[in-house]
Amino acid sequence: MIPLLGAGPVIPNFGEGSSCERTNGWFCGSWLSGHWGDTLQPALLQHVELSLVAVAIGFAIAALLAVAGFRRRLVDAPVGAFADFLYTIPSLALFQLLVPFTGLTETTVEIALVSYTLLILYRNMVEGLRAVPAEVLESARGMGLTRVQTFVRVELPLAAPAVVAGLRIATVSTISIATVAAFVIPKGLGYPIFIAINQNLFKTEILAAGGLAVALALAADALLSLLQRALTPWSRA
Amino acid sequence: MPTHAAELVFDEATKQYPGRPEAAVDRLSLTVPAGEICVLVGPSGGGKTTALKLVNRLIALSDGDIRIDGSSILEHDLTELRRSIGYVIQQVGLFPHMTVEANVATVPRLLGWSRQRIRERVAELLDLVGLDHAADGRRYPAQLSGGQRQRVGLARALAANPPLMLMDEPFGALDPIVRGRLQDEFLRLQGELRKTVVFVTHDIDEAIRIGDRIAILRQGGRLAQYDTPERILREPADDFVAQFVGADRALKALALRTLGELELAPPDDGGSAAALPAETTLRDALAFLVAEHADRVGVVDGDGRALGVATREQLLGDPGSTASPAGGGGGSAGAGAGST
Repeated sequence: MIPLLGAGPVIPNFGEGSSCERTNGWFCGSWLSGHWGDTLQPALLQHVELSLVAVAIGFAIAALLAVAGFRRRLVDAPVGAFADFLYTIPSLALFQLLVPFTGLTETTVEIALVSYTLLILYRNMVEGLRAVPAEVLESARGMGLTRVQTFVRVELPLAAPAVVAGLRIATVSTISIATVAAFVIPKGLGYPIFIAINQNLFKTEILAAGGLAVALALAADALLSLLQRALTPWSRA
Repeated sequence: MPTHAAELVFDEATKQYPGRPEAAVDRLSLTVPAGEICVLVGPSGGGKTTALKLVNRLIALSDGDIRIDGSSILEHDLTELRRSIGYVIQQVGLFPHMTVEANVATVPRLLGWSRQRIRERVAELLDLVGLDHAADGRRYPAQLSGGQRQRVGLARALAANPPLMLMDEPFGALDPIVRGRLQDEFLRLQGELRKTVVFVTHDIDEAIRIGDRIAILRQGGRLAQYDTPERILREPADDFVAQFVGADRALKALALRTLGELELAPPDDGGSAAALPAETTLRDALAFLVAEHADRVGVVDGDGRALGVATREQLLGDPGSTASPAGGGGGSAGAGAGST
């Protein structure tokens, strides 16, 4: 961040906008209406796409690992440890570490974002599957449900609340981390923030893009919480 | 739906876990005739639950065989075998994410019944076990009381009309009042359905109340005695059985008979104001006499008409109990009670 900041212009130049913009006021409505179409809206859509792809891929990988791992300690222990390890790498460092291999591309961003979803999604899935009461499994077995039927009809629906809880956390954190993607590619809500920082901390743009990221995270969380309620009518009994 | 029951035979059935010195079930041989309730009872470690789970192969036999209507359980497809046997456990194990209706419909769905047939069967079963299918059918297990849940568990086990039911301490987690009520209703149901039932309990009183026959298992999964409740109480095979059924076994034996079964003296006019219904057990009648400091009690039928009079000597001198060593115990218990 430091060299990037140093590369910016020395004399403040906030262009030829309104007086608010020229004096770098806290929040300029004029800039917002002028740049929604060319800056904020595209960035928001890119951000949604980056996050959605990352969570979807992360969900698929975590689901495969969880199905393999929830009954087998031999699978669970190394998978869990690896997911833990990925999660501990600072996001900025991980983006930079990947650049030599995958370049300044969306792939780099997605690999990093997916890595951060794995731990949360995997752990929640495994815990949810393991929390199915023993007597429920015994009665399923006793009634002649096969392994697959038990998994699909009993274990999966009962694990759903934990899975969706994990999905909520993973989605919110992915939306937040995805702003850092601007260090690799000019996409997402991180990019306008990045530009504004370079333009002598243009406050309106930083607040607008940052605020959109927060709003997006809250909206996604609310949507998933509705999904959670829809999936588990029985838990409100 | 026509009901049919299967004969169940344990033939030297053995479960030996590797690395354990003692078998969990040791060469268990007994026959449960079709339509009867066999109660497996004994102290913990007696292998009664293990023996039960050998039948639907939740636990695999180590040796010996178990036959249902003559064919070995080992020859059946595992899932088909289990779908043809009703299974009820103490913790019920209802599917919390499914409604009562969907829970009861589990096995019929697995068997591919039509929607219409399932719906009718579920309604019929919920009525049978004393639930209101319109009101309770749409509820989730978490919305039910413990007793209601076990009723659903019973309905679910009966759903595909299995010829054999396995029940593992089904009423063990319920409070005494609810347990008593469910025992009564279960016996009423069994009177209609006449299933073959293997019923596990650690409670000898429940065993006596429920069982047509009782198998007492001792440590190491060995059969100590297999007999009717009367004979177990009056002629315990050895000290272990005598101790297990309890020092009050003579009193328990009294609980097996009712006033209506006695040869009553003719009703006397105005002699004894107190009267008991004919279906009162001899044990309860004796308790009544002790409490009232009375020597005789009137017996009435369901409409309150006098049937006759039972005396204390009649209760204690029940020929079944005087003919056995247990008779002495009964006599002394009566004398002791009389002096209080």
